[in-house]
Amino acid sequence: MKSDIDLNNINSFHLDVLKEIGNIGAGNAATALAKLLNKRIDMKVPQIRVMKFSEVSDVLGGAESEVVGILLGVTGDITGNIVFVLDLLSARRLVNILFGKHIDEETEFGSLETSALQEVGNILAGAYLSSLSNLTNLRIMSNIPGIAIDMAGAILSVPAVEFGKNSDTVLYIENEFTYGNNSVVGDFFLVPDEASYIRLLNALGVA
Amino acid sequence: MIEMIRVGMADLKASRHPSILTTLGLGSCVGITLYDPKTKITGMVHIMLPCSKIASANTNRAKFADTGIVDLLAEMISLGANRKEIVAKIAGGAQMFNFTGPTNTLNIGARNSEATKQVLKELGIPILAEDVGGSYGRTIEISSENGRLMVKTIGYGVKYI
Repeated sequence: MKSDIDLNNINSFHLDVLKEIGNIGAGNAATALAKLLNKRIDMKVPQIRVMKFSEVSDVLGGAESEVVGILLGVTGDITGNIVFVLDLLSARRLVNILFGKHIDEETEFGSLETSALQEVGNILAGAYLSSLSNLTNLRIMSNIPGIAIDMAGAILSVPAVEFGKNSDTVLYIENEFTYGNNSVVGDFFLVPDEASYIRLLNALGVA
Repeated sequence: MIEMIRVGMADLKASRHPSILTTLGLGSCVGITLYDPKTKITGMVHIMLPCSKIASANTNRAKFADTGIVDLLAEMISLGANRKEIVAKIAGGAQMFNFTGPTNTLNIGARNSEATKQVLKELGIPILAEDVGGSYGRTIEISSENGRLMVKTIGYGVKYI
């Protein structure tokens, strides 16, 4: 595909379009989360970050901060990864709400808790991607989710590596959810590969 | 206070004594440290992918095991390191996510460590110690004082190799 879009020199118009993609996707995911938890969920305006690899580890409060990451491969007309990242406190709160416990109860992440989180990631990513699919008329599907509880840098390096085969920068569309005073902060990172990113813009008629 | 030098993803740094080189949150990437015990010149590269030939655009040579290690070696020699004295330690190459699906074939972490060992072997650089594989992230730090490599993890504590 011939295109004059260069990820290293992305213009503000394209950034705005991508931000809107992130907004709509996350809106759908937030609705899905609200239904799942039966709580009111708010979300912030998404951030679009075009980063050099050397900067990737600095997102999410530092490369060494412990987070829960749920990663799904994206297939179909666009390929890449979608990662849902929660800090540990938020992950525990989410699990406690799901299991009807007190929100701040100390909960260990056993296999039951991690598989519940995995399923939440799956539902949210599915909602995110299906709205993208509707918007762009592209066929977008996701693979079975994988979950990891570890350093933020190590988790986010996984989609970056996928992206790195053909590019020296990485594009993150980042969304943040909160709910009530007991905030659950979750970040979505949609990391399409470079060709898919151009295909996304093309499908919206802006490339 | 000894200067702490951060090496980012797909990045390399070489430094004279005294220095501490560090890279944070290695997942499937591999951190390679080279050390000349005589001059105490130290180098570190954080590679993401095994081989520069698989990529269509490869402007950043520090991204790949093959080109990254060669460039780091050249930079250390230009600082005055002796090629024959240089030894290596490596860490990383984990598989962060375990998929039960068909994507399981692509264990980039293992491929990164294999490629790293192969490149070091071809260059005739001995690997003194390694901490690779598993399914967890690592932060590493090397001191130019003695070439000791600290490997820090969340679930498995800190160790020195």
